[in-house]
Amino acid sequence: MMQARGELPHWVDVGLIPLINLAVALIVSGLVVLIIGENPLEAMWIMLQGAVGSLKGWGYLLYYATNFVFTGLAVAVAFHAGLFNIGGEGQAYMAGVGAAAVGLGLEFLPWPIVIPLAILASMAVGAFWAWIPGVLQAKRGSHIVITTIMFNFIAASLVGYLINYWFRPVGKMAVESREITGAYIMSFREVAREFFGVRIASSPLNFSVFLAIAAAFAVWYLLWRTKLGYEIRALGANPSAAVYAGIRPDRIIVIAMAISGALAGLMAVNEILGVQHRLVLGFVGGAGFVGIAVALMGRSHPVGIVLAALLFGLLYQGGSELSFAKPEINRDMVVVIQGLVILFMGALEYAFRPWVAALFFRAEEK
Amino acid sequence: MDLYVELLASTIRMSVPLILACLAGLWSERAGIVDIGLEGKMLIAAFVAASASAVYGSAWIGLILAIAASVSFALVHGYASINQRGNQVVSGVAINMLAAGLAVVLGNEWFREGGRTPALPPEGRFMPFEFPSLDDIPIIGPLERVFLSHSILAYAAIALVPLTAWALARTRFGLRLRAVGENPHAVDTAGISVAALRYRAVIIAGVLCGLSGAYISTSLSSSFVRDMTAGGGFMALAALIFANWRAYPALGACLLFGFLQAVGNFTQGASVGGVQIPVQFINMLPYVLTVVLLAGFIGKSVPPKASGIPYTKDR
Repeated sequence: MMQARGELPHWVDVGLIPLINLAVALIVSGLVVLIIGENPLEAMWIMLQGAVGSLKGWGYLLYYATNFVFTGLAVAVAFHAGLFNIGGEGQAYMAGVGAAAVGLGLEFLPWPIVIPLAILASMAVGAFWAWIPGVLQAKRGSHIVITTIMFNFIAASLVGYLINYWFRPVGKMAVESREITGAYIMSFREVAREFFGVRIASSPLNFSVFLAIAAAFAVWYLLWRTKLGYEIRALGANPSAAVYAGIRPDRIIVIAMAISGALAGLMAVNEILGVQHRLVLGFVGGAGFVGIAVALMGRSHPVGIVLAALLFGLLYQGGSELSFAKPEINRDMVVVIQGLVILFMGALEYAFRPWVAALFFRAEEK
Repeated sequence: MDLYVELLASTIRMSVPLILACLAGLWSERAGIVDIGLEGKMLIAAFVAASASAVYGSAWIGLILAIAASVSFALVHGYASINQRGNQVVSGVAINMLAAGLAVVLGNEWFREGGRTPALPPEGRFMPFEFPSLDDIPIIGPLERVFLSHSILAYAAIALVPLTAWALARTRFGLRLRAVGENPHAVDTAGISVAALRYRAVIIAGVLCGLSGAYISTSLSSSFVRDMTAGGGFMALAALIFANWRAYPALGACLLFGFLQAVGNFTQGASVGGVQIPVQFINMLPYVLTVVLLAGFIGKSVPPKASGIPYTKDR
């Protein structure tokens, strides 16, 4: 079993085995659908139809995927440093406050200035919320998994307080800020209507999708083309060797966490500046946790993360169409699939490898 | 006076699920298996206890099935961490998500209340003991309400603390279990199966999380609602670290967290010195304290040496 490791061709390890793991995760999800008395093939067809069967479906798919690219990259950067950042949810939620504060506070400035500032504010606040657990890990040895989870809970209360007591206009019942007009990122639908007079399918897809692509490229460049990226990966791969190479672990831990938090914070740009246009309660909606599944599935590589984010975009959009068509299947089915993907692609990563190896070597002998 | 009595009684009530989960973490981590999935196991147990109790009309059947569900999740974690030598933190996260999703999906399908389970009648719950005749006696009355007004599961939780301490310190099984968490190679050399010991620890953790979940949904409350464990599993982990992986200090840490939660429940919308304290700040108090404790400002903790490291036999 052990001997077979490391002897398979590269494409089997990075292509075939992850695909097998994904297939098993989806088959087990199908069994859950079967248990609640529905036809998994029919459910899958409805999901596909809902996500890629129309332009509107594609728009939603890409909108969800934009969020997941940001949170997936966030988890991946921390992973490369050997850190498990489960706090993307809270970091993105706090980042929304930064985006809204700049968008509302500086609305007298022209948008080409306000939007970049609001994006920077999202990144800064997200980075700050990840920086604290990073410092606590680096200086005090506090377990980063538990501190980032605690920071999710603290953020949930804190943002609730801020919206309620600071952002909510006086006398308004709805717990949300007023409209953020200063930093309004238009959706493609609005652009098509305003500037070209064309009507296209309605979806929340907006210019943040390009920011996601840029972020994926930037993370690739950072990790594989810069000294800092090399240090991050060296620390994650072998902490003691990294120390001998003159890398300071505490410094890299703090920097990697801050970058991770900044990436998670970008999710608020898509959601707050691009879609909601106001600061609302619970806008992250689990995207931070999806990032964990996306990063594991994408093997912490930006290309893999983009592909995995698209798949989860499909699952989310398809899942909401499915729960609409079949109320018996709750939307939380997607959370089940997420859990199974993390289980089979993360914890049970090598479960099927010996079998694949056995098959492979038998075929080679012939 | 009455307020303080209620506050102390509530402290014990809120601590019980934490104590059980914390002991579960203790058994697991002392054997070298890190368990981030306490939360998920509690949640699935809470869901199964409430559903089975609603369907069969018996809290005991609910409890047994809740333990079965929690143990099966524990076995998945065990298989991933022991046989497959997978990343234990990742496996725990997967279990938490799986439990959160499954509970709502299955609950929605079975009861059609959007993931809630039906409200349980008294016979479907573990009800607190009551001694109405003692209520009016001056000192005994309040003491009775603080210490005797709990359900059987609460007393089981308290009793499990000395039992755990004794089993780990004084029995052959406990000694071997601790050895496997500190130096699995030595245990293996002595001809004892590392895997079998770790599986036993994981199963014990499953049983304890099952008790914890069942207590939350069938004693503390009378139905299951989504995400009802609200981070208790993680607080238990923090308590475990704070308690330096020992049973009696773990009891103390859990009582402290329970007290904070009770204060939170009692001071909703209260004001201190004329200043209104927003409820959000009281809600975040236990989590902030957890971070402060983890930051080690109140003592340094040392985890079992081999915890989180998969065991590979040398050739």
